[in-house]
Amino acid sequence: MAKYVVKRLVLMVFTLFVITTICFMLIRILPRELPTDKVLQQVILARWEALGYNEPLLTQYGIYLKNIFTELDFGTSWYISFRTPALEVLTSKILPTVMVNLGSLFVAIPIGILTGCFAAIKKNTWIDSFISTMVIVFISVPSYVYAFLVQYFLYFKLDLIPVTVYSLADAGGSWFTWKMIHSMIGPIIALSFGEIAGLCRFTRAELTETLTSDYMLLARTKGLTRAQATIRHALKNAMVPILPMIIGSFIAIMSGSMIIEKIFAIPGVGQLYIMSINLFDYDIFMLDTIFYTFIGLLGGIVTDLSYGFIDPRIRMGER
Amino acid sequence: MTNNNEYKSIPQEKFAFVNEGERLTDKQFDDKPIGYFKDAWIRFRKNKASVVATVIIICIILFAFLAPLFNTRYDSRFMDTYYAKKGPRSIALYNLGVDGGVERDYSEKGLIMSLAVGIGAEDWDDHDATLQEGLESKYQPILEIGEGIVSLDALKKEKVTYPGYVDTYLDVGFLYRSVEQAEYQRIVAFEEETGLKVLYPLIENNEYTPDPNNANYWYKMVKNQPVTIDETGDVDKLYYEDLVNGVPLEDNYKRDAEGNVKYYEYTGGGTAETAQYKIRVLYYNYYIYQNGFEPSYLFGTDSQGYDLMLRLAGAIQLSLFVAVCVSAINFVIGALYGSTEGYYGGAIDLTMERISDILAGVPFIVVATLFQIHLSAKVGAIPSLLFAFVLTGWIGTASRVRTQFYRFKNQEFVMAARTLGANDRRIIWKHIFPNSLGTIITSVALVIPSVIFTESMLSYLGIVKLGTAAQTSVGTLLSDASGIWTNYPHLMIVPAITISLLMICFNLFGNGLRDAFNPSLRGVED
Repeated sequence: MAKYVVKRLVLMVFTLFVITTICFMLIRILPRELPTDKVLQQVILARWEALGYNEPLLTQYGIYLKNIFTELDFGTSWYISFRTPALEVLTSKILPTVMVNLGSLFVAIPIGILTGCFAAIKKNTWIDSFISTMVIVFISVPSYVYAFLVQYFLYFKLDLIPVTVYSLADAGGSWFTWKMIHSMIGPIIALSFGEIAGLCRFTRAELTETLTSDYMLLARTKGLTRAQATIRHALKNAMVPILPMIIGSFIAIMSGSMIIEKIFAIPGVGQLYIMSINLFDYDIFMLDTIFYTFIGLLGGIVTDLSYGFIDPRIRMGER
Repeated sequence: MTNNNEYKSIPQEKFAFVNEGERLTDKQFDDKPIGYFKDAWIRFRKNKASVVATVIIICIILFAFLAPLFNTRYDSRFMDTYYAKKGPRSIALYNLGVDGGVERDYSEKGLIMSLAVGIGAEDWDDHDATLQEGLESKYQPILEIGEGIVSLDALKKEKVTYPGYVDTYLDVGFLYRSVEQAEYQRIVAFEEETGLKVLYPLIENNEYTPDPNNANYWYKMVKNQPVTIDETGDVDKLYYEDLVNGVPLEDNYKRDAEGNVKYYEYTGGGTAETAQYKIRVLYYNYYIYQNGFEPSYLFGTDSQGYDLMLRLAGAIQLSLFVAVCVSAINFVIGALYGSTEGYYGGAIDLTMERISDILAGVPFIVVATLFQIHLSAKVGAIPSLLFAFVLTGWIGTASRVRTQFYRFKNQEFVMAARTLGANDRRIIWKHIFPNSLGTIITSVALVIPSVIFTESMLSYLGIVKLGTAAQTSVGTLLSDASGIWTNYPHLMIVPAITISLLMICFNLFGNGLRDAFNPSLRGVED
């Protein structure tokens, strides 16, 4: 097990390194934009010279890696937030993204699993076909359509959640005030539809499989009621693949949904990414790339490893 | 129960030879054998949801390709900025009584301003048109007016709002245009030929005009309030009630010394051909003069003034083109890569797996962005989007093919083929690959909705810029609508419904294919 973990981690670091290298090269050779202000131009050009942006590409990459390992310095933001370390800019954006996505997970997990179980228990009845149809619809409809629907019905027609937070101070100086959470309800609902549907479909598939297995027959034969057998045996086994999926999505909440962040103007990681492209802030773009890659790889590894922790029968690393 | 003893003694003559003198052969099959694909097709046909989805997909595709063909008057580049963001309006339906109006609340001044368009359209021949004439006019934008509702505004002042039902195309009203003299002559000729009134008298620029650039203020106003002025010069405020009681709006037309209204004004230019005339036109008729037909947009117009139906048809074509290209290329690369991995295994498999692992680790959004920045200037936005999709898109297909190859490559039929001397290529393509075809087709079909979604998302976010004069994408349509669609719902509803329908149908279609091709579902159907 330990050997497998180490092997996966080494592979992950290797993959991350390769991707970082390629992306660094592709991003650094892009032409850089300068502001129109002459004084600012001079300042930025001088800084770039000092930071080695005019060296050969490989030297630049060496400097970049050295800075990361010695000072945790991922470059500097030049346009989004002038001369702020890129890492600082990114970390300030993670919290809003995480809060919104965590909120939607907290909504989606109970509803998704419950409806999934319900559909599985009532398999081949009208309830099951109704839920399955809804799942297909909710999975297929793009997330931005939900955002529009939420905006239209909750904000525009019913006037329910018209809270706009202009700044952190406006919300009471903290990310955890009531006003802030109130303003997040819209995006949380918009994000939840797809997640509920995905989780429901997965739960239904797993539970229908466990409900028809032999140990369920044994459980019923030895005298357990249907409810007892389902909760004690079928549900437990069905959870084996579901839990890793949930754990994986807890990792993925950090990268968030770009389109929802754009529609609801959430100052999160996704919005930062789009801003960095539009403003040609390439150090931020580079860091965002590393961040997304890292989260993606980490999510995969954690999901795989959690199978082994949840169900010891699954031996990791075996073919 | 019959007793066997009954048959103990059967007379010999009762026995006869079966088929005496005939050759005994196997019976021929009455029906044709059912192959793999036919079998799948039979199962697919039984799946009603998938069949319906397929029909809807075919309808949408037909719409996307036939809508531009049936519209012979103009193509997707046709635009009219004055009729931008207008709702659906169809002349054919208009004559049947479907007017395509929208509900709108009016203040009293706004109501008079809109009513004045219709009144002004009848007011040209030097007689003062009354409200009744205006309401009956073909060019009256307000189709219905409700009773005034009295409410208190923020300053606790009473204000009256009138719920109205308005044709937004006619609501554009009058506009000033600057034309050459020859064009002016053409308009006059057009007026005589068709009997439609395009040119209307110019408006005097005096103290009764609040905004000299607004061609709709043809009646006298003081401080935005319509007024009447009698011979002694007394200014009398005019209210909606007065209009209802038959008091006409007092026109403010530009007149020459004899008191005749002026239809044009010389504004510059030297020779007779290049002389510029300022004219005031009723835009609805001016549109007919310019294009030869009345404005008729079944889905309305988009935020820039293009016909939404044609733009949407183009956008669906683009989405389908990208999706079909991507799934076809993915199919080829994935099949080649996956079969090589799966068949040879060992070190080749390991190396190729590492490569695809690394590629799979790159976030797609980063790939799309980098391809756009680096390539879109050289090869265009759509090809660079295709490259981005293809770079990592084949990995899923390849790993499915690989799994199928691992499943089949050690089975007896492969061993038999090998024993008979078949080479690797023949074993891969003739023996193993057809067995995994069902799985691959399913995965290729399910690539289509995900590509459609991703393409619309990227263009919505502005990472891929697909909006040009000739074509646009669903994402661009939606992002153009994003700030303003609560006022113009059709801008959002039409593309959003279309893409949702496409996604649902393609997913159902893919699921149907999966169920049809997956033999493990045989017999479970009920």
